[in-house]
Amino acid sequence: MSGRTLYDKLWDSHLVSQRDDGSALIYIDRHLLHEVTSPQAFEGLSLAGRKPWRLDANLATVDHNVPTTNQAAGVAAISDPVSRLQISTLDDNCDELGITQFKMADLRAGIVHVIGPEQGATLPGMTVVCGDSHTATHGAFGALAHGIGTSEVEHVLATQCLVTKKMKNMLVTVTGPLGLGVTAKDVILSIIGQIGTAGGTGHAIEFAGEGIQSLSMEGRMTVCNMAIEAGAPVGLIAVDQTTIDYVEGRPFAPKNEDWLRAVEVWADLASDSKAVFDTVITIDGGLIEPQVTWGTNPEMVTGIKGAVPNPAGIVDPIQRGSIERALNYMGLKGGQSIESIQLDRVFIGSCTNSRIEDLRAAAKVVEGKRVSDSLIQAIVVPGSGLVKAQAEKEGLDQIFRAAGFEWRDPGCSMCLAMNADKLGRGEHCASTSNRNFEGRQGAGGRSHLVSPAMAAAAAIAGHFVDVREWI
Amino acid sequence: MQQFISEKGLVVPIDRSNIDTDQIIPKQYLKSIKRTGFGVNLFDDWRYLDPGEPGMDHSARRINPDFVLNDSKFNGATLLMARDNFGCGSSREHAPWALVEYGFRAVIAESYADIFYNNSFKNGLLPVVLAAKELEYLFDKSLGDLPLELMVDLPSQTVKGPDGFETRFEIDSFRKTCLLDGLDEIGLSLAEADGIRAYENTQRQRTPWLF
Ligand code: SF4
Repeated sequence: MSGRTLYDKLWDSHLVSQRDDGSALIYIDRHLLHEVTSPQAFEGLSLAGRKPWRLDANLATVDHNVPTTNQAAGVAAISDPVSRLQISTLDDNCDELGITQFKMADLRAGIVHVIGPEQGATLPGMTVVCGDSHTATHGAFGALAHGIGTSEVEHVLATQCLVTKKMKNMLVTVTGPLGLGVTAKDVILSIIGQIGTAGGTGHAIEFAGEGIQSLSMEGRMTVCNMAIEAGAPVGLIAVDQTTIDYVEGRPFAPKNEDWLRAVEVWADLASDSKAVFDTVITIDGGLIEPQVTWGTNPEMVTGIKGAVPNPAGIVDPIQRGSIERALNYMGLKGGQSIESIQLDRVFIGSCTNSRIEDLRAAAKVVEGKRVSDSLIQAIVVPGSGLVKAQAEKEGLDQIFRAAGFEWRDPGCSMCLAMNADKLGRGEHCASTSNRNFEGRQGAGGRSHLVSPAMAAAAAIAGHFVDVREWI
Repeated sequence: MQQFISEKGLVVPIDRSNIDTDQIIPKQYLKSIKRTGFGVNLFDDWRYLDPGEPGMDHSARRINPDFVLNDSKFNGATLLMARDNFGCGSSREHAPWALVEYGFRAVIAESYADIFYNNSFKNGLLPVVLAAKELEYLFDKSLGDLPLELMVDLPSQTVKGPDGFETRFEIDSFRKTCLLDGLDEIGLSLAEADGIRAYENTQRQRTPWLF
């Protein structure tokens, strides 16, 4: 008998029923909620006269809309009335139903994909869903996690289950060791560059190999977070000692007797050696350079020593057209070196790169230096109140401030620019977020995705530089 | 959910790959707590020349004459055609809400991102998958002065067009039935309530820390 993949195991252990038509009912252990994709679900639930199936499986936070300045002033002080209503609607829904929620300015509040793991609300072996595509992040814990739509948010609230179909298995092995100054962000951008934004469609991707295992939990979350940018709703990494050490002692993690039993059960959360994958890809981690995106989707990426492609040299007309359109939008010339791209703003934050380790890496680069005068703004937005507090305890806020960065309250911020933090038309931004789509960070804005260390170095230089030469 | 059986209509061709949900409905409109009101902001950044914000009078905004959706010959179109990886990016169900409210009943593309594909069915929007060379042919046909008209039929899983064009598309049977019958999925799952409870009881023994 052939072995099972990690995804197969998670699927099997959550299968409530397999229906004749190929669909299946899957049990959901953890449902995370935020203000943007939930109001219509709560409304639908109440219109149908239904109640949540299981309250304690839900955990809510506010993140997409919140201002990143003066959160302490409270929801009533939010100047945008539409944002204010959306946030207070989640507060009201959670209060009314009795769902645990971290409200704005609660130290535990922050970006939904940062707070789940931070609280131990994301555990190995769980199924985790959220009305947000970056739910893939939680797969770093050996959990089956993916984004869902608002109708499904309502479905999970009402039934604690999801109707779904099994995906295919994909294995991406990154050999090691990674080069000095090469981070998890560079690894995942490089993978997306190689397999494309639809390379993982219909698949659960398991990331493995020394290049992955050597990463901290923060780094593993960065990798799984962007599985969706390769088209895969699910990213997964097997459980090992690094996972267990991270989870131990967190508020929602099992304690005492339960902890010992859990650790035993979690030991099986890895693919069997004879497991069969539908698609297998191997990437030489040693060859990965720090990455920078030059286009309008995450597969439009190259190494820091590289150049923007020249559309004239592309034979396929559809591909050539899409590169031309991207360069036109980005205001770049074919053949231009990545290092010559001048920047207007720098954003360090988002569910991809706003954890304590990300902030440490960026602070290390900027310590004792000054943000370039050519920049309009450089901001650091911690992923949660707890990340912010930890960074302040370590004095990182002082390092950033002294260098000319703005130090903000937690939230999604300039990752999707639903609050006041956004790019102006035509502005180039070095961003540690996950999407460089047209207008993502503000209408007409031009995003370049990079690691925190690369963003920090770019802020100092005013253009992209190879951070490896700074360490 | 909204029913879908068949749809005969004009096709708006957007000749692009990787059309992401940020393009379909930009984030500023996601602040709404309602399910409606998104149609006027479908493809907002491409459709209008000036920036849009929720609550403004969109009929007073400057229209981008170069964007295909604004071409009056497509008025009343109910089918949208694009290249591969349609609906990639964010999980926002506002994307199918906006498409449906604008008047689209089906999308025709080479491939879709998984979450968008799934969300479409919940809103009676049929995402049809055709092969690249069939799309090539249909894009070619849609370049003429007269808009292309197609018939999408779910029971027979076919797309029919002019000059005898006819092709079959794949769809899994669960989704097909849900669309044809306009089924209430939550009601369907709640019919398995005993099974869900039995599962919970077993798991409570095996992994008590999850309860
Ligand atoms: S940080 Fe960005 S990608 Fe992450 S949840 Fe917030 S908006 Fe989405």
